[in-house]
Amino acid sequence: MGGSLTALGLGLAAIGAGIGIGQIGGRAMDAIARQPEAVGDIRANMILTAALVEGAALIAMVLGYIL
Amino acid sequence: MRNILLIFAFILGTSGLVIAQSHEHSNHATDGATHVEEGHDSPAGHDQGAEAGHEEHAGQADHGHGHCFCDSGEAEEGFEVSSTAFHHIGDANTFHIIGEVYVPLPCILYAPDHGWNVMMASKFDIGHHGTGNLAIDRYVLVHGEVNRIADTSFPMGEISVECVGTEINEEGEAHYVVGYQGNCYHLESKSTLDQGVFGGGITSYYDLSITKNVFTMLLGLVLLFWMFRSVATAYKKRRGEAPRGIQGLMEPIILFIQDEVAKPFLGAKYSKYLPFLLSIFFFILGLNLIGQIPFFPGSANVTGNLGVTMVLALFTFFIVSFSGNKHYWEHIFWMPGVPAWVKIILTPVEVLGIFIKPFTLMLRLFANITAGHIVIMSFVGLIFIFGNSGESLSGAGVGIAASIPLTLFMMAIELLVAFIQAFVFTLLAASYIGAAIEEPHHH
Repeated sequence: MGGSLTALGLGLAAIGAGIGIGQIGGRAMDAIARQPEAVGDIRANMILTAALVEGAALIAMVLGYIL
Repeated sequence: MRNILLIFAFILGTSGLVIAQSHEHSNHATDGATHVEEGHDSPAGHDQGAEAGHEEHAGQADHGHGHCFCDSGEAEEGFEVSSTAFHHIGDANTFHIIGEVYVPLPCILYAPDHGWNVMMASKFDIGHHGTGNLAIDRYVLVHGEVNRIADTSFPMGEISVECVGTEINEEGEAHYVVGYQGNCYHLESKSTLDQGVFGGGITSYYDLSITKNVFTMLLGLVLLFWMFRSVATAYKKRRGEAPRGIQGLMEPIILFIQDEVAKPFLGAKYSKYLPFLLSIFFFILGLNLIGQIPFFPGSANVTGNLGVTMVLALFTFFIVSFSGNKHYWEHIFWMPGVPAWVKIILTPVEVLGIFIKPFTLMLRLFANITAGHIVIMSFVGLIFIFGNSGESLSGAGVGIAASIPLTLFMMAIELLVAFIQAFVFTLLAASYIGAAIEEPHHH
């Protein structure tokens, strides 16, 4: 794939992951504000989910390298 | 504690072997020589700013066909951020200190047509940019990395080469060439295990050297061994007393991994997997933090190397696969309570998932650490872009004013990332193992 097309695809993947992680972080903040005593559980699950969303962007990145 | 140390030794030993054979970018010499480009090695433009020296890399100007241009007095040296950044995060056979001062590392090279070569990298007579002035048995040191001349007509033994340059082939890929007696010789980079997927593949030689990354990994091993050894003896000697010294630093972190990661995900059997989780956590965290030190003996990008992260991910993959119980495999190959036609669709997805999980584990750590380093290198590169590679001092001043706060900010972020990525890797490994050993709660 051409360099500029790869860059465009990477940007789109980053947008997708950004929206996803933003949603996760925002909802986690809401949840912590509502239930501060559950902050430990919420944080662990937030990081776990964010890492999984990030995985999609990473796969896009690697495919961009290979294709 | 003894288990932790054993697993450390195992991880380090194994990844040391893989790392020696793999690296991210490769200047693989292929056939199809068309353009010969200006050498990297011209002394012009290096006098301004001694420490600027190694940051500069050659611009690529088209000069014609057929032979090497080694007398690059008229060279207009530009500064290219991306290639500089990749050189600095890549592995190398030397450890760069400042200017032309290098710490040579042992080179252990094997070529099937020649045999073993074991020597110190200083034997290459290291000059500008970590490029050696001597070719030894057709091995050449380019930018701190050993390459080999593919052409068998090049003489063996210690040969003084005239120049080392970059060539762009028809596909627009850059690779190195060496000039000797008016002829151009292609350089091959070391064999890699990726079969050409990331631009590597099997070439004429194998590099099993103690490279910068391997050296730093051994350093990390010694540091962590010393820390855990002293903590373990402290627990034995001072049983029942409050932690003291380095014990007080390690205890909360170990308890955090045990209580926040191992217990919630692994349940009652957590103690069996805790040594592994603690090992990967401290291994990744330690090397992330050593990688933050911008000078010797830090600065090696170990956790940003695909070989290292691959070994860590493979450990997780094998532990998950071998400890997976009947229900885990049942839910992958023939999940209960799902219509048969859905099973046909879901089973391939689940089987792919077995491999995608460690694959993303490998990439996540690699990409996060590498991306952070590239951003820092780009900010440092601002100095040389504004300063026109040392031509304009006032421009460099503006670059420095812009670069220092940005770099400091990014390094603070990277400190955070160092902890988060070590934690995320451990957390995900624990969740994958937990999913594999979970007992069913539906009947």
